[in-house]
Amino acid sequence: MNDWKLICALADVPVLGARVVESSLKGRIALFRNSVDQVFAVHDKCPHKGGPLSQGIVHGSTVTCPLHSWKIQLEDGQVVAPDVGCVTSFPVKIDDGQVYMQL
Amino acid sequence: MRKLKLVMVGNGMAGVRTLEELQKIAPDMYDITVFGAEPHPNYNRILLSPVLAGEMTIQDIILNDLQWYADNDINLHLGARVGRIDRRNRSVTATGANGETISVDYDRLLLATGSTPFILPIPGNDLPGVISYRDIKDTDEMIDAAARYKHAVVIGAGLLGLEAANGLALRGMDVTVVHLSDWIMERQLDRTAGKMLQAALEAKGMKFKLNAHTAELVKGESGRVCAIRFKDGDTLPADLVCMAAGIRPNVALAEQAGIHCNRGIVVNDTLQTYDPRVYAVGECANHRGTAYGLVAPLFEQAKVCANHLAEMGIGRYQGSVTSTKLKVTGIDVFSAGDFSGAEGTEDIVLHDPGLGIYKRIVLKDDRLVGAVLYGDTKDGAWYFQLLKDEQNIHDIRDHLVFGNSHLGDVGHKGNSMAASMPDSAEVCGCNGVCKGTIVKAIKEHGLFSLEDVRKHTKASSSCGSCTGLVEQILASTVGGAYQPADSNNKAVCGCTDLSHGEVRKAVREHKLLSVSEAQQYLRWKTPNGCATCRPALNYYCISSWPHEAIDDPQSRFINERAHANIQKDGTYSVVPRMWGGLTTPTELRAIADAAEKYKVPTVKVTGGQRIDLLGVKKEDLPAMWADFAQAGMASGHAYGKSLRTVKTCVGSEHCRFGTQRSMELGVKLEKMLFGMWSPHKVKLAVSGCPRNCAESGIKDIGVIGVDSGYELYIGGNGGIKTEVAQFFCKVAGDEEVMEYGGAFIQLYREEGFYLERTCHYLERVGMEHIKQHVLENAERRKELYAQLLFALQNYKDPWAERFEDTSGGALRREFEIIKV
Ligand code: SRM
Ligand SMILES: Cc1cc2nc3c(=O)[nH]c(=O)nc-3n(C[C@H](O)[C@H](O)[C@H](O)COP(=O)(O)OP(=O)(O)OC[C@H]3O[C@@H](n4cnc5c(N)ncnc54)[C@H](O)[C@@H]3O)c2cc1C
Ligand code: SF4
Ligand code: FES
Repeated sequence: MNDWKLICALADVPVLGARVVESSLKGRIALFRNSVDQVFAVHDKCPHKGGPLSQGIVHGSTVTCPLHSWKIQLEDGQVVAPDVGCVTSFPVKIDDGQVYMQL
Repeated sequence: MRKLKLVMVGNGMAGVRTLEELQKIAPDMYDITVFGAEPHPNYNRILLSPVLAGEMTIQDIILNDLQWYADNDINLHLGARVGRIDRRNRSVTATGANGETISVDYDRLLLATGSTPFILPIPGNDLPGVISYRDIKDTDEMIDAAARYKHAVVIGAGLLGLEAANGLALRGMDVTVVHLSDWIMERQLDRTAGKMLQAALEAKGMKFKLNAHTAELVKGESGRVCAIRFKDGDTLPADLVCMAAGIRPNVALAEQAGIHCNRGIVVNDTLQTYDPRVYAVGECANHRGTAYGLVAPLFEQAKVCANHLAEMGIGRYQGSVTSTKLKVTGIDVFSAGDFSGAEGTEDIVLHDPGLGIYKRIVLKDDRLVGAVLYGDTKDGAWYFQLLKDEQNIHDIRDHLVFGNSHLGDVGHKGNSMAASMPDSAEVCGCNGVCKGTIVKAIKEHGLFSLEDVRKHTKASSSCGSCTGLVEQILASTVGGAYQPADSNNKAVCGCTDLSHGEVRKAVREHKLLSVSEAQQYLRWKTPNGCATCRPALNYYCISSWPHEAIDDPQSRFINERAHANIQKDGTYSVVPRMWGGLTTPTELRAIADAAEKYKVPTVKVTGGQRIDLLGVKKEDLPAMWADFAQAGMASGHAYGKSLRTVKTCVGSEHCRFGTQRSMELGVKLEKMLFGMWSPHKVKLAVSGCPRNCAESGIKDIGVIGVDSGYELYIGGNGGIKTEVAQFFCKVAGDEEVMEYGGAFIQLYREEGFYLERTCHYLERVGMEHIKQHVLENAERRKELYAQLLFALQNYKDPWAERFEDTSGGALRREFEIIKV
């Protein structure tokens, strides 16, 4: 079940940006890439009011939600204080320039 | 690498704030040891007054509990007084809580020993029952005495003395305040305000004895003080005597160590003493001849000192202007700056004894230099801001004394309400934060700045319209400890200490061409900045270096990246441009077709004279844009910090009153400015006659046709707080409107801070400045206009750029979903 699934090439995700991945099993997932080529994946739904996190601004390993600026840590999906909440994160890895995700 | 050793003497407000600042920027640099003579962790000394008054408890005022010291690996010695510094061997020696000797070596030493109360040199000053008012111990002793004795005398009617007297009176004692001068708080208040305050305090049951020279404190039978005797022979019964006759910087330790002291430990702008390994901050320090006795300046010192301890070496402390507020519930007194009536100053006074209001503002060379407010202090924060910013008040002088609420609003909204608001009242409409929540957060977390309040409560962190109110609440809760940020010099965000002005300047002077280059050059503290600074940096680069700087889409807010407005449900809205509000059957048909084809749930006429298609899926955007292009339509930029709309009325083309062809000019202006990025959005309007049907009076640039030409108005705003545009100039024809208006817009693009609308920019730099560049200097005007046209050259409709996408897919990727 926990197979790694090929998503896209790393080059298809903009640096400090994101792509939306739609999974038939898990719904919409935001796939992020930061400035040091780490990738992260979380549900594309802000714990505040459901804002699409994929559309936010990425900095460090955090994304700022486009709707009301909550900040979400991408490693574990935890919301940065003073706000509280958490969004599901998914394991991702890069292998030979390709991004894989466990769904 | 071996960590350096930092030893701090004095565990009070200034010292611990320095450590907090240091932990933020260089958490691993030092092994830290702290000695505190008091047995408590750091607490909020200024709230001892509410504790004495029974409004708060000691628990409420702890700022850093023991856990904080543990979490930050700080070696804490409480109840330990340092008795000796050995500078040669770089060590300090203290006597611990149990009498043991503790010696610690240091690489850097930080002295934060505060001050000691001045004890009058009179007989009896050491009797039981004679105390000062400085720490928790004194406060406990007063609370205890109030429960057991009747008569209290407070010596000294300054802030501290009055707050002590108020607390003791509230606890049921019969209190007399004795004071040397003719009126109370004479260092802060002028005579009139002092007398009004005295009357108000007398009405609360306090007694006063002025012009009083104390001769002696008399010992009673129990050995405790029982009376106070004055030089004129008078006596008063006294079971408790509280001396609040001033404080002296605590320099004994530094002097013993041979560090240069002169009414305080003398420090330079980097808070170093004459021994560069030894720093001093707080009330014990004397900086450029001043030892401050309020926390706001001490916190500024703390920040600079931490910066130097972290070896960043950029900050300098250059002194502070202070303001004070008396913390006696129900009484409002505020004073700031200098009001001694020095040469060259003028006073404006408003005195209404009936309403119990007194206001005195002191001016010098068209700047505010001092203010005293009694009874109605709601404008205190505003005056203080004017004073700190050294703003020229020439234009508002005639109504200055009436306060801010009487001026067109200048960005400090809602000032008048803070004090009288109930706790349940909503302050921040965006985030649903009420006053009680803010006050609670300020008290519980020991917050002192707007930034802190935003971080903890979110209040005023969204649209910002309640900022003034939040500042007011902050000021009334923490009293004189509140220091409004220098509004022109606020740091852009937590990623840097530099202000917008400094960043702009650096981008221009050092030709910084991209966000990452600017961050590197300006030594940004975070790896890629944040959602606040990145868009600002990107704008500064592209506006300073058109056609050369690299525009970074990832540093733009989603609306500008997707060229559409994001909606609450994650869909987008699409507003095609309708030049000057004009449209055609073909365009309307294209809109209708698109609405059907892409199943657009809502079609709406906007307030900007065009049509909005709301609820479009992001994936559909490029195709919809391609359809619009077929009908000759381009992006309306309804989403950008950019040119929005040019509203027009029908004008002389059709209207029976029209004097000028307003539609035609509107279209010309809109075409000229198409694709212009700016610090904030820019809106124009052209009306054909003074009836002004296009609402030119509330636009960034408003144009009104008159028989002989056009009148230009600038700096209007119809948004959060309506601001009427100011008359700028009169010109003869279309070409001139474009040149003058364009030059003004270019100046704003070059000098405006990111997210500063023209009205706020105008308020900051002043109308004179703009006139100098645009009206009085024709060469400069033409140069600005040419720069604008140059920057806008070859701008390609961003919608077309995306559906045509010649970049091999990169521009389109943003809109595509990966399906798995
Ligand atoms: C669509 C429109 C409302 C409408 O249906 O009429 C609108 C919609 C929004 N306005 Fe507006 N404004 C619209 C006309 C106005 C006007 C009237 C005007 O332009 O004549 C004003 C007052 C005039 C002014 O700006 O001086 C206006 C003052 C604001 C403000 C306050 C700006 C200020 O400086 O005070 C904001 C907030 C901001 O920009 O930070 C704002 C922000 C917004 C945003 C973009 C909020 C956001 O950031 O998401 C709204 C997007 C809604 C959405 O879901 O798409 N909107 N907004 C109007 C679009 C006009 C257009 O054709 O482009
Ligand atoms: C009742 C009261 C009300 C006030 N109200 C206001 C107000 O409304 N607004 C405002 O801005 N300011 C107010 N202040 C002033 C404010 O509290 C001080 O300016 C501030 O606390 C000074 O900070 P500091 O760190 O310099 O000194 P402190 O906070 O006094 O800290 C110095 C510490 O060093 C310790 N120490 C001294 N020598 C040694 C030694 N040799 N070894 C070890 N430890 C030592 C002392 O015990 C003390 O704990 C008020 C003060 C009081 C007492
Ligand atoms: S469209 Fe404008 S006024 Fe209406 S809710 Fe949105 S921001 Fe507020
Ligand atoms: S939905 Fe993300 S911050 Fe509100």
